[in-house]
Amino acid sequence: MPKTQGYPNRLGIRGWLGGGRWGMERYLYTLHRLTGLGLLVYFLMHIIVTSFRALGEAPWNWAMGAVSGGVFKVGEYLVYAAFAFHAINGIRLIIVELGFGVGKPIEPVYPYRTSVDTQRFLAIGALVIAGVLAFLGALDILMVE
Amino acid sequence: MNDSTPKEVLYRVRRFEPGRDPSPRWQDFTIPRTPGMTVLDGLWTIKQTLDATLSWRSSCRMGVCGSCGMLINGRARLACNTQLSELGAGVVAVAPLPNFDIIRDLVPDLSPMFDSHAALMPYLIRDDAAEQENPTGEFAQSAEELEHYLQFSYCIKCGCCMAACPTVATDPVYSGPMPLGQAHRYNSDGRDGGFAKRREVLSGPSGPWRCHFAGECSRVCPKGVDPAKAIQLMKRELVWDYIRLRKGHPPAAVVPKPTEIRRRPNIPDAPPRSV
Amino acid sequence: MMRDQKLWSWHVAAGIVILVLLGLHMTIMHLDEILRFTSLNPAGGEPIDWQNVVARGKMVFFAVTYVLLLGAALFHGLYGLRNILFELIQGAGAKKAVSVLLIVVGLGLFVLGTLSALASFALARSL
Repeated sequence: MPKTQGYPNRLGIRGWLGGGRWGMERYLYTLHRLTGLGLLVYFLMHIIVTSFRALGEAPWNWAMGAVSGGVFKVGEYLVYAAFAFHAINGIRLIIVELGFGVGKPIEPVYPYRTSVDTQRFLAIGALVIAGVLAFLGALDILMVE
Repeated sequence: MNDSTPKEVLYRVRRFEPGRDPSPRWQDFTIPRTPGMTVLDGLWTIKQTLDATLSWRSSCRMGVCGSCGMLINGRARLACNTQLSELGAGVVAVAPLPNFDIIRDLVPDLSPMFDSHAALMPYLIRDDAAEQENPTGEFAQSAEELEHYLQFSYCIKCGCCMAACPTVATDPVYSGPMPLGQAHRYNSDGRDGGFAKRREVLSGPSGPWRCHFAGECSRVCPKGVDPAKAIQLMKRELVWDYIRLRKGHPPAAVVPKPTEIRRRPNIPDAPPRSV
Repeated sequence: MMRDQKLWSWHVAAGIVILVLLGLHMTIMHLDEILRFTSLNPAGGEPIDWQNVVARGKMVFFAVTYVLLLGAALFHGLYGLRNILFELIQGAGAKKAVSVLLIVVGLGLFVLGTLSALASFALARSL
């Protein structure tokens, strides 16, 4: 490779995440939708499955037996992790979409500090908290085995 | 610039001529690269030396008119505001703004955006039409009140925010960041009394409810208008309005012209004319 | 037909309700090994064992909050789905059909869930 004399400008890991074309919040928006849909699909089935508890012990045990086993355990953890992300990111969205944490109208001076920058700490905090909760959930499953 | 800066640059431009092309296609042009060159400069070089049929909109070439919004290397920007040096080495890919129909080459059809904009009544709405037609004084507005909407008034209607918004990408009913930002600009203007009228549009599916704060609009805005901020602030106002917590205010009063004007006593007279 | 301004406000309110109640539910179901709430899983073992289900099913708190959570989650989730679908499909007729379908599914599942919550409350009390 010929040696250049220019200023180093590789994106590094940032390049994996859209290379600056998209902000973190756009990915969080997509993930929030995906987890929402996943949770909804699970939830609609969950209402039906848990209704079996009204019929007595034997029907309940049958229903629980029908949804246990390897694939279901993994699926259950994914539902838990999806909820952890969706709920914690949802807290951020409630705060931000009610106009808090986005800053007041300001005089824009280049390079602009936008509402996206102002609320960025909430987004990072949300990911950290969701990550911790997902980790605790994984621990819980592993502790049982 | 040093010896390692390339002398030429390859432009990959999206071409489309209605009636001739069934669909848009890329066309490559290689042109000289000069210091301080913007994407718009390159387009002019292509038009003047290589292909006179290349079409786009531009006007001020200094980032104030909003005409030259384009998709440059995958991001919505103003062509006049984008230096080649900020794009790095490699191909400069120029395409028309997405989320708008293409009229020709790099020219998008922005009329849906302007229709949504007009539907949100982007002008001062007051009861005293006579005063607005024949003003007798100024509308009272303090510097602090100006700050509430000044940032959003810098919008140059370039359409970059609309191109970047994921909701505008799929939903034609959603007004989009520019019209909604401008609706908030007028709702927050102390001189305006039109909140109830705009709410008729804003409370429905054209309102800010399909915004999910992806934030791309504010990231691409070339003037720092931050439409995402305007939309979230507007959502708060509309929710507060629904639960009856919103404090409405009457539009700013007219400040009559001062009738008694006296000169301050200590100002010295002007020196005699020398010309 | 409620306008979006109102629907969205309720969507947020439902989200807050779900945050609390589903957070509690997830804690009981998935953080039981780490946090060990013996009052809510008194029979030990798995939270979904019948004895634990009955122990919780007896309590008025759970009967009431299950119904609340059911209603809030159905509204929140189906409104979210409606948003996604309305952003993708055009045509007033198709949108109306989607709305009707979602309302029917939502109300149907709400009735089913509430009936089973009440029935299991009665059953648990009798055991």
